[in-house]
Amino acid sequence: MGKPNDLVQGTLGMLILKTLSIEPKHGWAIAKRIQQISNDVLQVQQGSLYPALQRLEQQGWIRSRWAETETGRQARFYSLTAAGRAQLEKEREMWSRLSAAIDLVVES
Amino acid sequence: MRWFDRVRKSMATLFCRRREVARLEEEMRFHLEQEIADHVARGVSPKEARRLAMRQFGNPVVLREDAQRGWSWGWLDTLRRDVRYAARGLHRSPGFTITAMAVMALCIGATTTLFTVVRAVLLEPLPFRDPASLVMLYEHWRANTGGNPYNPVAPGDFYEWRSEAQGFEDMASYYNFHFNVSGDHGELPEVVKAQQGTWNLFPLLGVQPAIGRSFREDEDRVGDDHVAMLTWSFFQRRFGGDPSIVGKSIRLDSKPYMIIGVLPKWFAYPDARTQVWVPYSDGATAERLHEHDSHYPYVIARTKHGVSLKAATQEVSALQYRMHMQYLGSPVAEDVLSRPMIDDIVQDVKTPLLLMMGAVGCMLLIGCLNVSNLLVARSAARQKEMAIRGALGARRGVLLREQMMETAILCACGGGLGLLLALAGTAWLKVHWRGLPRADSIHVDGAVVLFTSGIVCVAAFLAGLLPAISATQRKILGSLKDASRTSGASVSRARLRKTLLSVEVALTVILLIAAGLLLKSFVQLRTTQLGIAGNRVLTMGYSLPRQQYSKPEQGVAFGRSLLDRVKRIPGIESVSLGTGVPGSGWWGDQVFIIPERPHDKGDKQPDALTRFADPTYFATLGIPLISGRVFSDHDLLDTSKKVIVSAALVKRYYPGENVLGRTIVMGTDITNRKRAYEIIGVVGDTLYHVGEPTKPTTYFPVSAIEPGQRITLVVRTAGDPSSYAVAIQKEISALDPQLPVVDVLTISQIIGESVVNESFSASLVLVFAVLSLVLAGVGLYGVLSYLVTQRVMEIGIRIALGARRSQVLRLVLLDGLRPVLAGTLIGVCGGVAVGYVIRSLLYGTKPLDPLVLAGMLSALVFVAGAACAAPAWRASSVDPMQALRTE
Repeated sequence: MGKPNDLVQGTLGMLILKTLSIEPKHGWAIAKRIQQISNDVLQVQQGSLYPALQRLEQQGWIRSRWAETETGRQARFYSLTAAGRAQLEKEREMWSRLSAAIDLVVES
Repeated sequence: MRWFDRVRKSMATLFCRRREVARLEEEMRFHLEQEIADHVARGVSPKEARRLAMRQFGNPVVLREDAQRGWSWGWLDTLRRDVRYAARGLHRSPGFTITAMAVMALCIGATTTLFTVVRAVLLEPLPFRDPASLVMLYEHWRANTGGNPYNPVAPGDFYEWRSEAQGFEDMASYYNFHFNVSGDHGELPEVVKAQQGTWNLFPLLGVQPAIGRSFREDEDRVGDDHVAMLTWSFFQRRFGGDPSIVGKSIRLDSKPYMIIGVLPKWFAYPDARTQVWVPYSDGATAERLHEHDSHYPYVIARTKHGVSLKAATQEVSALQYRMHMQYLGSPVAEDVLSRPMIDDIVQDVKTPLLLMMGAVGCMLLIGCLNVSNLLVARSAARQKEMAIRGALGARRGVLLREQMMETAILCACGGGLGLLLALAGTAWLKVHWRGLPRADSIHVDGAVVLFTSGIVCVAAFLAGLLPAISATQRKILGSLKDASRTSGASVSRARLRKTLLSVEVALTVILLIAAGLLLKSFVQLRTTQLGIAGNRVLTMGYSLPRQQYSKPEQGVAFGRSLLDRVKRIPGIESVSLGTGVPGSGWWGDQVFIIPERPHDKGDKQPDALTRFADPTYFATLGIPLISGRVFSDHDLLDTSKKVIVSAALVKRYYPGENVLGRTIVMGTDITNRKRAYEIIGVVGDTLYHVGEPTKPTTYFPVSAIEPGQRITLVVRTAGDPSSYAVAIQKEISALDPQLPVVDVLTISQIIGESVVNESFSASLVLVFAVLSLVLAGVGLYGVLSYLVTQRVMEIGIRIALGARRSQVLRLVLLDGLRPVLAGTLIGVCGGVAVGYVIRSLLYGTKPLDPLVLAGMLSALVFVAGAACAAPAWRASSVDPMQALRTE
């Protein structure tokens, strides 16, 4: 088990959206958060993270702004837009349908 | 709001690129710092933490590029890079670049120009209301099986149709006329072309006058007050665009006409030369408006919604047949034909235009093939580079794209230049194409630019794809393994280039044959014998206004004093009066009856062109007298009713008989003794128009000319005829200062005038063909030179082994001439086919004209031979030692 890309193509976007649905975060925090929540199973590489962030922003699902971190350093914070929230719902639904289906096949 | 976010982001990444890149870098740096801090927090030494973080992070450049690919402008970056590479490549070989761009500019420019004209003239709807439902109606004789089936409509027929037929929404009619325009205050007199139109014509077309109003129904009545409308150009030219002219009067043929309106600027129907419109009934008698046997007006009709054109035409046709039966024996046609108004307007230019469009299309194709050929040669030189890049992992698509980019740049620059050329070209065509209908609407606009872009894309694709594919398809390994000395012998590439050459030659041959046929028929037209001795003859026309010259004697007196005055000018050999000089047009015909056999030749009455002549007319023009005599002064004075006929009339209606002393009755009423004429002489045939067959002709004494009709003064001079024009015009204005003179022309100018469009299309197609020939020659030369360069080694070895120079020469020549031969064979077949398609444009020339075929083929062989000779000669003079040492 390694990168999420290996797991299921295209789920990284959903993971990022989900992570951002709680509060705005910067890139590093997003990666860290995904890693923590998944008990270190999902390790997001920078090589996938930043292109994904750029893509999501391009799509208008997330928005970025520069702000100070708690250590006082300038960092780029990403937040979810309304469209992103809707997209997250959509992808989540699709994911649960897909994983349920896979379960059915695998467990049978 | 989402789209707004997207657009903003896109714009930011496009226009504030540097800032976005900096931000991304900053973000990455932050990430790295966080990572390091994280490691340090877990107790790793700062140095080790940095190393770990860096390792995990990966190559920052790759990362950044990956992230940037998320921006939707990735393709733009690639494009920019490709363009830069291609531009550098092109910059390195300016000779090739300039040649290719010039070829492309020329071809695209010519294609765009012709497209602009074709679109405006053939494709654009007419500028009238609901133009698709406008049709022209014509009479049709069943006996008329060849030639133009569309005959103008008699006014009586038109009124009958309009009042009886239900299938059309409305019908309007017009016919052309001319006026002497003069002013009350000594303004320059001039003759203008006029149209007489029914009052409902402008409402039917949906044309609103720019100033004032159009005719009212009560103004279109016999004997009513005179009203006139001006066209925009006349309004501007003669009245300086002063709108207060509306409501004032103008003198047309010395009668005052009230100007009631000015037509809009764009209105140029039926042609741009029309200056004045007056009502249909103006100057006509009620009798004349209800004639069924003289055919000169044109009829426009608008189809009714829900009634098919066919049904509506059939209804009118049935009406016409009824009239035909009613006036049996008179020239009243049986049927009615209709055709869309747009077809009617463009009928004369449609085929030439499409032909020229085809010609430039061929030229464009040849240009593309040429550039393609040149590119194949270039790409051969870069074969190794391609192979190495392929071996290093470049995808074929990328290599293809890069190759195509060069062509795209060439074509785009060529297209830009071509568009400029097209701007100049359309302006030139508009001025020089005489009588091109709808010329005013020709202009380069967005659609044309779009067309050019389309052409550029197609051209880039055509010219670029073949070389690109052939450049990238080579097996990498094979190419790398090959020494450069053998790579030239790549057979498939040579075959590709030869095929391209064959196609090029075939297209050139087709163009050459078409141009040759047109040129020959133009020469035939140009050298047509009108049947007269036309050197040193000057003609000029005038028409005496009915107002001042209402009595025939006045006209005769004017003519006599004019002749007396002109005769006294030194250098004038003879001077006469007549009408409708040969070559100047139809002018009018009349039916007649041969009393000996009134119902001969079925139900089609004999008819002949009507001309008037004075006693010296035939001698002045050099028309030979075949038998009998010409008019004497006596014939002019009294009403002795004499007529002179042409040889064609005798041949057709009195074959093998003596016609002198016989009588013919003009018109349709055999009992009308007033119109019975005695034939006193037979003269040689003349042509009324260059390129038209001979037509039986009758000549009446000039004294019988009705006032208002156009009279032509014919002068035979001692020297250059045009130099006498001013002196003669002075004599005319001395007799009547208000009388304008028109069409001051020598006979050769008359002929030139009538073949000007033939000469135009012939010379344009010839220009395209010659350009194509040059292109094909250059292409051939390029290919052969390339092949020879590639085979220098082989040729060196051959010579070293004892091959004679002549053998080498033959080898290379044959190599080059083989595709030429193949192309020529295909081209001749195509050319003959094209000849049959355009045979309606040919005069005295058959599609399989041996002279044209031989001439054009020898031109091609000459050029091809010359193009092959130089490389072949170079090949045969290869020094074997040097050739073998260079490797």
